[in-house]
Amino acid sequence: MISFISKRLCVAFCVCLTVSGLSFALMFLTGDPAIAIAGSGGRAEDAEAIRIAYGFDRPVTVQYLDWIGSALTGDLGQSIYFNVPVTEIIGNRVGVTLTLGFISFIVALAIAVPLGVAAALRPNGWIDRIALIIAVSGQAIPSFWLGLMSIVVFGVWYGLVPISGAATWQGYILPVVVLSYYAIPELMRITRSGMIDVLSTDYIRAAKAKGLPMHLVISRHALRNAVLPLVSLAAVQLGQLLSGSIVIESVFALNGLGRLAWESLLRSDLPVVQAIILILSLLYVLLTTLADILNAILDPRLRGAS
Amino acid sequence: MTDATAETTRASIWRKMRSNTGVVIGGTLLAIIVAIAVFAPLLSPHDPIAQDLTRRLLPPFWHDRSVPEHLLGTDHLGRDYLSRLLYGARVSLGVGLGVTFVSGVIGITLGLLAGYFGGRIDMVISFAITTRLSLPIVLVALAAVALGGASLVTLICVLGLLLWDRFAVVSRAAAQGLRHQEFIMGLHAIGAGLPRILFLEILPNMRATILVVVSLEVANVILLESALSFLGLGVRPPTPSWGLMISEGRDNILFDPWLIALPGTAICLLVLAVNLFGDGLRDIMGPAKR
Amino acid sequence: MIETVLNIQNLRVSLPTDRGVLHAVRGIDLEIKPGQALCLVGESGCGKSLTAMSIMGLLPRYAKVTTDKFDLVGQDLTQKTQAKLAKMRGRDVAMIFQDPTSALNPTLTIGRQLTEGVMRSEGISRKEAEARAIELLERVGISNPAARLTQYPHGFSGGQRQRIMIASALMGQPRLLIADEPTTALDVTIQAQILQLLGELQSDLGLSMLLITHDLGVVAAIANEVAVMYAGRVAERGPAKDLFADPLHPYTRGLLAAIPVPGMTPRGSELPAIPGRVPGLIGPMAGCAFRDRCALSSPECGHDPVPQFKPGNNRFVECLRAGEAAP
Repeated sequence: MISFISKRLCVAFCVCLTVSGLSFALMFLTGDPAIAIAGSGGRAEDAEAIRIAYGFDRPVTVQYLDWIGSALTGDLGQSIYFNVPVTEIIGNRVGVTLTLGFISFIVALAIAVPLGVAAALRPNGWIDRIALIIAVSGQAIPSFWLGLMSIVVFGVWYGLVPISGAATWQGYILPVVVLSYYAIPELMRITRSGMIDVLSTDYIRAAKAKGLPMHLVISRHALRNAVLPLVSLAAVQLGQLLSGSIVIESVFALNGLGRLAWESLLRSDLPVVQAIILILSLLYVLLTTLADILNAILDPRLRGAS
Repeated sequence: MTDATAETTRASIWRKMRSNTGVVIGGTLLAIIVAIAVFAPLLSPHDPIAQDLTRRLLPPFWHDRSVPEHLLGTDHLGRDYLSRLLYGARVSLGVGLGVTFVSGVIGITLGLLAGYFGGRIDMVISFAITTRLSLPIVLVALAAVALGGASLVTLICVLGLLLWDRFAVVSRAAAQGLRHQEFIMGLHAIGAGLPRILFLEILPNMRATILVVVSLEVANVILLESALSFLGLGVRPPTPSWGLMISEGRDNILFDPWLIALPGTAICLLVLAVNLFGDGLRDIMGPAKR
Repeated sequence: MIETVLNIQNLRVSLPTDRGVLHAVRGIDLEIKPGQALCLVGESGCGKSLTAMSIMGLLPRYAKVTTDKFDLVGQDLTQKTQAKLAKMRGRDVAMIFQDPTSALNPTLTIGRQLTEGVMRSEGISRKEAEARAIELLERVGISNPAARLTQYPHGFSGGQRQRIMIASALMGQPRLLIADEPTTALDVTIQAQILQLLGELQSDLGLSMLLITHDLGVVAAIANEVAVMYAGRVAERGPAKDLFADPLHPYTRGLLAAIPVPGMTPRGSELPAIPGRVPGLIGPMAGCAFRDRCALSSPECGHDPVPQFKPGNNRFVECLRAGEAAP
């Protein structure tokens, strides 16, 4: 158990390091970041001044070590556009993204898991068919389009919800619906197939043979085994919800990390983009690592193995 | 009670495909959209990028103000919407197939190497997969396209370089499973070269799996392309991409919602077709999971 | 004292399939007296497992079951609701399964799995239930049982797990124990131990048992009574000794001839296998199901009903040419 976790943490650390290198390397994708900042119409002297001011004249490895070193102390550099620390801008925006991501995640789980279980209990029954329709449509509809259409229908035609911004809690309704609809299909499919696999096992028959009532057979014996594959997927989905919020935030004009990243890209504010990529990747690594550890706790077979 | 006899002949697969609702519906829809993409120049009544500012924002046929020569109306620059929608199928399918090809080549090669050799090579490649999975795809793709200069080729290369993970995972597993099979060991013994073993012996054995992943990826890429184009960092105007059309129609969303409704429906239909087809294939070839 | 633990008349089980209705069990009678062990023998697909599942009430929802009489420990099961049937499971009838590695839930402790049934059905405390579990684990040959209660199934070998399954089945002190191929998934040496254990438990506890197997060696070790099933029907039934000594149905004879007998079968000689294969059970069927594989078959064998004989001493055979020697 201990060695499993430490191994997992070691991999996570290496991934973080690589990701930080990759997001740092983005800066150099354009060729010369100084020119990118000065703008293609900028004068050569401006570019030179920027080069020195931002330290682009130093060797790349020194720049990287400098960047990662300050990142570790919580300093992600200065925003070129706003000229304030990146951490400050991000700190103002991260709340919206986390709120949206987590609420959508909870909503998605609350719908997907019971629906998946109900579908698995009666394959090809009417609940299963409804679940299938939800899954198939959810995977085919682009979330940004669903967002726009829901704004048209519920915001403009019926005026039920505000059409943009998150000044009030009502502003979160449509984004949460759209984002959770995006996450439901995968979560439901894995719940359903996991549950069907588990329900056909001998230990479920044995539990029934003991005379346990059906609700106990499902809650105590089936669900716990069926959620094991769900835990890993849920971590991945939560990570995707957080990074997928970039599209939804721009549709609903929510001032979160995603919208910030998009705006920063449009105005070539690279330090902000780098920082957001780094943060989202680290969040993903953190979530999947936690999921692995949670799985090891839930599954005694993994607990025993070294 | 009785085991279903494993039928693997071509004829029986064909029979199963025809009796699978998903494959039939998805395949038919897909065939229609592919035909539209191929024959777009013949089917389109107008040039999809020709502007006519005197005929801006004409509504589609069900509307009173519609005109017969623009069946589905015109956009904010007076371009014929039907023609743009028809040509849009080319962009979606082209990007979808192009990216899937690039990512497939990368992913399958890496996966086969990792699965066949194991050990350190496997460790490195598995690590690359883990790292790739932790990157926020939309954001990284946006950044790469924004910085690398937006063009169809850049877009395909960027997405291709980002989306190889699923191919790598399945081909790694397949190569691991086949590595110790006798016929592969035998080939090794008679001195068959590595490329021959990997690509001529192992690869054909995983056709079915690859086909399923291709369908998943094509659908995934089509959605991703539309999102990137919607955000203004995918396909460049005036190329008619459905995602871009939604983005362009957004300013007129209040009065002309059909501007976004039509291209969005097109995306849904195409992705639905690919998904139904792919899910059907998976049911036929693999274990019955949805 | 009740006369029979289990009394089923004319049990039929059918399952809808893509190609038509599969008549898996086509009218069989079973009777088990207290303390008796009845063995259902037959090839896979002959309906013996479905018979067991229908007694447990564990058939899939889509299966259709009809009986003329279905009494378990003196109670008429056809009059019971699903909830009442559930209450009878574990207390009146318990079951052990073929594959002990999959019959124990990997995420729950042994103690939990042993005690959960009786704590509910008898309303006893965890302590009492655990005391009984320890006693039974000891009885089935698990060493240091008290410490084992907190362990998970993955730490045990296949044989140990089957012992635990047996203990688990005995927790509710059932009148009837159904064992579905209890030794098939185990190593040969372990098989013998488990069979011996089952035999001991049967005689010590006066347990009635329904043993399902395709292995006649298992039958000889435990059974008082044997019922040979073929294509959803009982071909022949009788006390084990008599049936082995003097098989009447051509199918039973074929089965017995296929067993190598040490010292009797000359080394290197081929065992006579029964030619042909089991007929499909989809759709209606007339006459004797075995006639296509039978060396004695004549045109009359295709007529319904197939004649039944009761040649005394509790024996029963369903065959036109029962007892005739092979040509």
